[in-house]
Amino acid sequence: MRLTTFAAPSRFHALAGALVPVLWIAAVLLGAAGLALGLLHAPADAQQGDAYRILFVHVPVAWMSMLIYVAMAAWAAVGWIFRVRMAAMLARALAPTGAVCALLALVTGAFWGKPSWGTWWVWDARLTSELILLLLYGGYLALVGAIDDPRRADRAGALVAVVGAVNVPIIYFSVRWWNTLHQGATIGLTSAPKMAGSMLLALALTTLALWAWTLAVVLVRARALVLEREHDAAWVRGRETTSTRAHGAEPVEPEAVDESPATVPLAVQAELSFATGPAPPGPPANPATAPVATAAPARERRLAA
Amino acid sequence: MNGWLYWDSLAEFAAMGGHALYVWGAYGAAAAALGAEAWLVLRRARRARAAAEARR
Repeated sequence: MRLTTFAAPSRFHALAGALVPVLWIAAVLLGAAGLALGLLHAPADAQQGDAYRILFVHVPVAWMSMLIYVAMAAWAAVGWIFRVRMAAMLARALAPTGAVCALLALVTGAFWGKPSWGTWWVWDARLTSELILLLLYGGYLALVGAIDDPRRADRAGALVAVVGAVNVPIIYFSVRWWNTLHQGATIGLTSAPKMAGSMLLALALTTLALWAWTLAVVLVRARALVLEREHDAAWVRGRETTSTRAHGAEPVEPEAVDESPATVPLAVQAELSFATGPAPPGPPANPATAPVATAAPARERRLAA
Repeated sequence: MNGWLYWDSLAEFAAMGGHALYVWGAYGAAAAALGAEAWLVLRRARRARAAAEARR
């Protein structure tokens, strides 16, 4: 098995399908443990009383909103540069969840700001840059939603995602670069956490729970995207039956079995017709499917032959 | 009550030291948004599977 094996949507679909139930269970168990510890056991804060308990939801969603943006921009860039269609689909699958996390970071932050600062909202650097993050997610989603051709939508979205990524370090360091109302980092890589042990454990558990939850939601969405985009591919049409064929005695590379002729890009077909005669018969190349970056010409040729 | 629990009563827990609106507002918003997103994405996956089955 190679590292690029799961770049094939069919393989991704199967792997994600196996992971999702585990992730749902992990998210529920970790979340229950973290909330029990944070809401039932951890002591009140000396300065903020019990309002600080918003931390166990606010900090995970705020971290996640930034992390998802970085992941989205990275996958979008990979999909754009190397023309890996699964990477572009992952970027698309991450965006709505990132938008939800950014929105929740602002809403839970407002619920925390009112009792601790006396205001729901203030135009300071941390809050404003997080609002910009939410607007970037919104812009990305509106843009890719407005373009019908999925490949063009992926490319346009990738541009927004990559350019907007500059905002993420601005959010992260805003509490250091500017004089803001928002408190600075309580947990850093260079210093011991300034927090009670039970609070820290509760925060770690709810953070892990949100990781598992996010992965589950994003993988479910990515699987749906794969089915929506590749519905003409042979592996989707014969989903129940091809699994035995893929592991059969045929000495064909597994990835090649999964790729239907419909997924051979136009450029490769043209190249093939130049080298070996007319293009192979079969359905026209689906514009929705960009070529896999790692697809070696030799494999494509064997496939088309 | 139990020594592990920080709270002495359910009412005290619900009151959150006078910050009930803010604490439960934040948790309520998070539960609603995350729950709604999960429901929507599972519905989309169900529809995508049904559409793929129908095209066979």
